[in-house]
Amino acid sequence: MPQLLLEIFSEEIPARMQQGAARDLERMVSDRLKAAGLTWDALTTYAGPRRLTLVIDGLPAATPDREEEVKGPRASAPEQALDGFLRKTGLTRDQLTERDGVLFAVLSSKGRATTDLVAETVDQVIRTFPWPKSMRWGSGTLRWVRPIKRILCLFDGKVVPFEIDGIPSDAITEGHRFLGSGQLLKVSDFVDYRTQLEREFVLLDVADRKLRILEQAKAACAARGLSLVDDDGLLDEVAGLAEWPTPILGDMDPQFLALPPEVVRLSMKVHQKYFAVRDPAKEGLAPNFLVVANVEATDGGKALAAGNSRVLSARLNDARFFWDEDQKVGFDAWNAKLSGVTFHAKLGTLAERVERIERQARTLGRQLNISPALSGEAAKLSKADLASSMVGEFPELQGTMGGYYARLAGYDDAVADAIRDHYKPLGPNDSLPVGGVSTVVALADKLDMLMSFLAIGEKPTGSRDPYALRRAALGVIRIILERDAFLSLKSITDVWPGPNLLAYQKAWELSRDDDYSDIKLLDELVDFIRDRLTVLLRDRGQRHDLVAAVFALGDDDLVRIVRRVEALAAFLATDDGANLLAGYKRASNILRAEEKKGPVPTGMVQTGLPNQPEPETVLAFAVGAARTAVETALETEDFAAAMTALAGLRAPVDRFFEDVLVNSDVAEERDNRLKLLGQVRDVMGQVADFGQIAG
Amino acid sequence: MTTSTEPLAFQDLILTLHRYWGEQGCAILQPYDIEVGAGTLHPATVLRALGTKPWKAAYVQPSRRPGDGRYGENPNRLQHYYQYQVILKPNPDNLQELYLGSLAAIGIDPKLHDIRFVEDDWENPTVGAWGLGWEVWCDGMEVTQFTYFQGVGGIEVDVVSGELTYGLERLAMYVQGVDNVYDLKFTKEGLTYGEVFLENERQQSEANFHGYDVDGLKRRFEDMVAEVSRLLAMTGPQGQPLVLPAYDQVLKASHLFNLMDARGAIAVAERQSYIGRIRELCKACALAYVERERAEA
Repeated sequence: MPQLLLEIFSEEIPARMQQGAARDLERMVSDRLKAAGLTWDALTTYAGPRRLTLVIDGLPAATPDREEEVKGPRASAPEQALDGFLRKTGLTRDQLTERDGVLFAVLSSKGRATTDLVAETVDQVIRTFPWPKSMRWGSGTLRWVRPIKRILCLFDGKVVPFEIDGIPSDAITEGHRFLGSGQLLKVSDFVDYRTQLEREFVLLDVADRKLRILEQAKAACAARGLSLVDDDGLLDEVAGLAEWPTPILGDMDPQFLALPPEVVRLSMKVHQKYFAVRDPAKEGLAPNFLVVANVEATDGGKALAAGNSRVLSARLNDARFFWDEDQKVGFDAWNAKLSGVTFHAKLGTLAERVERIERQARTLGRQLNISPALSGEAAKLSKADLASSMVGEFPELQGTMGGYYARLAGYDDAVADAIRDHYKPLGPNDSLPVGGVSTVVALADKLDMLMSFLAIGEKPTGSRDPYALRRAALGVIRIILERDAFLSLKSITDVWPGPNLLAYQKAWELSRDDDYSDIKLLDELVDFIRDRLTVLLRDRGQRHDLVAAVFALGDDDLVRIVRRVEALAAFLATDDGANLLAGYKRASNILRAEEKKGPVPTGMVQTGLPNQPEPETVLAFAVGAARTAVETALETEDFAAAMTALAGLRAPVDRFFEDVLVNSDVAEERDNRLKLLGQVRDVMGQVADFGQIAG
Repeated sequence: MTTSTEPLAFQDLILTLHRYWGEQGCAILQPYDIEVGAGTLHPATVLRALGTKPWKAAYVQPSRRPGDGRYGENPNRLQHYYQYQVILKPNPDNLQELYLGSLAAIGIDPKLHDIRFVEDDWENPTVGAWGLGWEVWCDGMEVTQFTYFQGVGGIEVDVVSGELTYGLERLAMYVQGVDNVYDLKFTKEGLTYGEVFLENERQQSEANFHGYDVDGLKRRFEDMVAEVSRLLAMTGPQGQPLVLPAYDQVLKASHLFNLMDARGAIAVAERQSYIGRIRELCKACALAYVERERAEA
């Protein structure tokens, strides 16, 4: 069966857009062909610096014939409606069929030549392609990511004839801009296309380009006893910047290794797209870099490596200039600058934010028994590096630079560490700050973010979270959960933003219509953190309803919440748990039905009544025993024991429902049984709100 | 075409580019006689990119960025430097090839060096101009900004211009293999760039950072702003608005803003408002320019 080959050849496509474009091309073409009733064996797309390519194998030469029934007006409809329908369908009245008083037309369409469909499809795809940014060029009207130079379109080895805004389809492509022969390449099919391109120094498939980069880069490093510092993001990018990627190992002036390695790496990566190189025998980076060129240079890359090395020196000279200048300036001058930097129009300057973090850190330090003086000092210096030249150049180095500068300036190591690490954790997989002071400042920083933005009513919505509040909340949660033994910090209320409430009140009153109250604001914080905890637990595989069942208890001790959810999940996975849940549902359904009728009796359950069925007595004693056991277990926060205590209810509950009729004719018996069910619900309710659990 | 016997001196680099782009049909213009921050701001680019009339020009434009001054102590950063600017409207289909031809003309062999087109969407918010294109890298160094103009003065362009901006000092440093801009050979005979410009950098840096009277700069800025509207409201002998003189005042205002900025006299909060005002003035000029061309047609 025939093959379709399409190549849209353009000027250089931004690396970051290439793979998304390959997916869009696949989706757009296959949607349109499928809609026309076509099927095929295999469809593949490729994207590279100068071309988007699509190949479909086993595509029929024509679309299938189709019959389609179209619903028309009612037979009783006015003349105009019928005329309109006939015009639309191109049929006459006697060709319509009538069913249940409604007219139908059967339209049959002959299959079309696939080439016609392809010509139409390519036109539509090019004109509506969802590039993140597109442009016009020359005097034309077409939009593409960069100017289109030619369109290759072959079906079954023959050019599919069309023209789009003056660009005719053809069987021609081009090889590598510099390494190729410079000849136009006439192509017959995909294998020929790919082979000719490779001969002309173009690797079509990004996977091949990456493989070539990694293999040659590692080999180049190994030849000098060095090893490559892996960087997948950078690999993706450089694989989109070269059709014939050629790694070259270059030398860097070793004096630059005196700079912090973060600076060297970032400068290489951000500005130059170089990989860093390590000497396995030594600490830190090696005085080398690895550049991925787009040419196999005629001198083996010597001139090119030397050129890149000079450029890198200039870059690192800049970085060293910033490093030296920053050390002459220092924290006081930077902090002074922060009073001129707006943090947020409704929240004042960065200096004001730093004051809040400092107050918060001192309070937390006192509360958690971690030097309030060091915590306060670290907090006070925590944002100063935002005014430094280096962070101005590399915003990614916030915190990192402050840490270096603080150490050089002779501050306590705990302070320097805290400045460096207080942004942590930066996501679910980032590590937590380690020391006590670092942890206190990290909490204070995040808490101020949350409180400030909640105060002015800036909660994240949907995918919009411009101030990364979710990340801040997740950070607070992870610190509380994972550092609890060390900090005796359990609950959200342990980190009350007390010292800054006046500031938050001011921000609230400037930006919101509703009346301020401490309680309202703190409730918003607790709710927000709980929501994030729910998401965190769900991401860890916990069921949403179990989390809700535990949250319903109103606890704000995060550690306890998590342990309770875990114990509950384990319990429900057992036979006893599942059955008891069913029993609970039955009991609470009965109680709910009764509650609708009027007040349900509560109080002491009587035992030893005349004619009292044995299962009723047994359950009464079991509930009593379970209550005591659950209470003891909960006092020591032994949730597994609490679940075991509940498990003891399963058999008595099952038997009770099997043998005893709750709705007895004797009012006294009925009341006693309702009281008993109420107690089952209450005892279980101490552990979790089982009513929230699905199943 | 020189095949790297002796690397080009700074002035020979300029002369080679002039010859090359002159042969491509460009009018070789001289620098604009008002301080600008970039070659784009020359009316031969910003205004000529508007409307539908074809236009081809190339020129050197001294560019002043007061905040970039380093008293002549930084080997790569200057508050006054040269850009080589080419504008081709509409952009020819083979603009990339023409550009690579210019590199060959100044002795850069693409089989020996790594020439790359790296995404860079250019915009200049003060003149409301934007475009898509690349930074062109030679062995990892940005040597040219290559842009297809999509909008100027806040107006979408009718016809797309191709704009090439070469950083002449950097390119020359590359070609000559020099690490310090002041060591560049300005002439073949050995006059250095430092001998021509070092003293200028020292004096101008001091004036930019500490010298100019801030109140005076602010006053003159306001004067220039007022002048733009006044001139635009007037008409010339053929009934045309006085776009060209008005635009000159926009350039002057823009440079005064840059000086105030270097003096540290622009608070963070005021910045956007200043830039916004300059952009509005520029837009007014652009609109008047386009209307004038339409009226003529």
